[in-house]
Amino acid sequence: MPPMLEIQNLHASVEGREILRGVDLIVNAGEVHAIMGPNGSGKSTLAQVLAGHPAYTVTQGSVRFLGQDLLDMDPEERAQGGVFLAFQYPVAIRGVTNAYFLRAALNSVRKARGEPELDPMDFVAVLEEKLKAIGWDDSFVNRPVNEGFSGGEKKRNEILQMAVLEPKLAILDETDSGLDIDALKTVAEAVNKLRSPSNAKVVVTHYQRLLNYIVPDFVHVLVDGRIVLSGGKDLALELEDKGYDWTKPEAALT
Amino acid sequence: MTQALDARERYLADLRRWSGNGAARAPQWLKDLRQAGLERFAAVGFPTTREEAWRFTDVAPIVGTAFAPPQASAAPISSEAVEAILGGPSALRMVFVDGAFSPALSSVSGPPAGLKLGSLGDALKNGGGVLAEHVGRYARIDHNPFTALNTAFLQDGALVHVASDVSVERPVYLLFLTSAAGQGGLTHPRSLIILERGATASVVETYATLGGGRHLTNAVTELVLGDGARAQYLRVQRESDAAFHMATSQSYQGKDSRLLSCSVALGSALSRHDVNAVLDGTGAELLLNGLSVLAGRQHVDHHTTIEHARPHCESHELFNGIFADHARGVFTGRIIVRPGAQQTDSKQTNNNVLLSEAARADSQPQLEIYADDVKCTHGATIGPLDPNVLFYLETRGVGAEAARQLLTYGFAADVVSRLEVPELRERLDRLVGARLAA
Repeated sequence: MPPMLEIQNLHASVEGREILRGVDLIVNAGEVHAIMGPNGSGKSTLAQVLAGHPAYTVTQGSVRFLGQDLLDMDPEERAQGGVFLAFQYPVAIRGVTNAYFLRAALNSVRKARGEPELDPMDFVAVLEEKLKAIGWDDSFVNRPVNEGFSGGEKKRNEILQMAVLEPKLAILDETDSGLDIDALKTVAEAVNKLRSPSNAKVVVTHYQRLLNYIVPDFVHVLVDGRIVLSGGKDLALELEDKGYDWTKPEAALT
Repeated sequence: MTQALDARERYLADLRRWSGNGAARAPQWLKDLRQAGLERFAAVGFPTTREEAWRFTDVAPIVGTAFAPPQASAAPISSEAVEAILGGPSALRMVFVDGAFSPALSSVSGPPAGLKLGSLGDALKNGGGVLAEHVGRYARIDHNPFTALNTAFLQDGALVHVASDVSVERPVYLLFLTSAAGQGGLTHPRSLIILERGATASVVETYATLGGGRHLTNAVTELVLGDGARAQYLRVQRESDAAFHMATSQSYQGKDSRLLSCSVALGSALSRHDVNAVLDGTGAELLLNGLSVLAGRQHVDHHTTIEHARPHCESHELFNGIFADHARGVFTGRIIVRPGAQQTDSKQTNNNVLLSEAARADSQPQLEIYADDVKCTHGATIGPLDPNVLFYLETRGVGAEAARQLLTYGFAADVVSRLEVPELRERLDRLVGARLAA
């Protein structure tokens, strides 16, 4: 069984600027990895590159998802294959309700897997089951996607999409940003309910706070486009305590 | 220019012939109204792109076409064909074929008490006390030469009259059809919709062509809401891609009334719709929406004017346009706040999505504010589908082409979903969906 995600020497740039400068990372099924780092270290770039954002160019290295060349796949193929990115800044889709959008997304994924598409009635049943599993009501299901949503509602909506699409690998990009402590707990609880031995999560965050609620198996520190330090969950606490400066290569040398 | 003068003379000659042969028999007030329309049109003629209000819409193709006067319809039209156009059965409907009321295709018997449905032409023949009060009182002949022309030829159209405090549950459908016999011709449908104090109703006005020919529809509708009245007014223009369509919808609202208006343009080679609204009673509310879905070389011009004449009125305006191929959309959003119309709350939004490099949209807000304690905002967007939203959809497994379709559909649904009567919303949703898929 190949690893869920295997990143080797990944270099990526945007508008000619190199942001990722040789990232290496292996994530296995059942694991939760946290990627921490200061602002501008390349955390969100890594998340966007994994999802296939066209603005980023991979200049070197490889990414394999369950043994397949991820970089060779279109964004929708990645999603259909089981990769999910929870956006830091989810966008609004005018005129399209959440329910309509979720069904279109789920049916695209089901179709790609050779499963029958769900009609609106069947879909409602699936959606209700998912909402129940994560303990949420259907209050924003019939509103246009993210239109006029609060920051917390947008992040919750990302997690709801994750619940419906059942990805193998979920990348959560700064899911904690802009959330108050209650909203953070709500989101973290839902994420925890979706943890299973057959899926994996990569949690990208600036602050340790989220990791009190989504406890990672591994913590990696990304600085200047490279992972400079890896450890267990205690590393996050150490970073919270000491900041990021000591992890930088030049600091380590002195 | 010579062509324009020739055309004007042609229309004036038609008018003289019509009023000379007895067909235009009418009470004096109506003769005066027609005469005023005739004189106005004779004085100004057809608009040109040198005029600010017509800067982006060139009516030369209309001026250059010699339309035949309407003739009696030959081929019978089935009520199935009518239902197909209206998107389903309709218990309350009036159908006009090539400008003439068709009792056979209409369903006006047994309307709920307090609702009068009929042809304006019949009502005019019977004298019509209430008509003299309303016809021509709102749609001003000096606003648009085509309105003057319509008024000069004023003869028939729909009359919907809802008595005070009467609530009409079922939507009223008005269908203006141009049949095969009407190809190459022109019609001047003139409708009047009156909701007396406290009345509630929804009215759908549809303009369609059977077959694919060229013709001109020059329509005017006056819509009057008494104090506390509530109306939904949906207007669907889905004439043939070769047709010309000039129109004015003029609404006039009393105190605490509420109007939800939606103007949809799907058809015609060249269309212009003036949507004018006057809020003339405190506490009146207006939701003025519109949607254009055009392709090929179609051109639409939505020219809207909202006049806040009294304090404490609200208007929310949303026009979305979807333009593919070489299609072109023009939007003008004029908002006038009269002196003393304090506490006006007005919001205008015009969004245009261009599905091809050759498509084009022009958007012009025009705010004229003569009161100092008001809230007026406006915003416009013109551009391709947002690549960030497309990417978001792709990361959810939706393929690039399906993502474009979904986003385009959402752009239309943003307007369609605001209709509050489910039957209207569902039928329009299907119609627009089919148009987008074409």
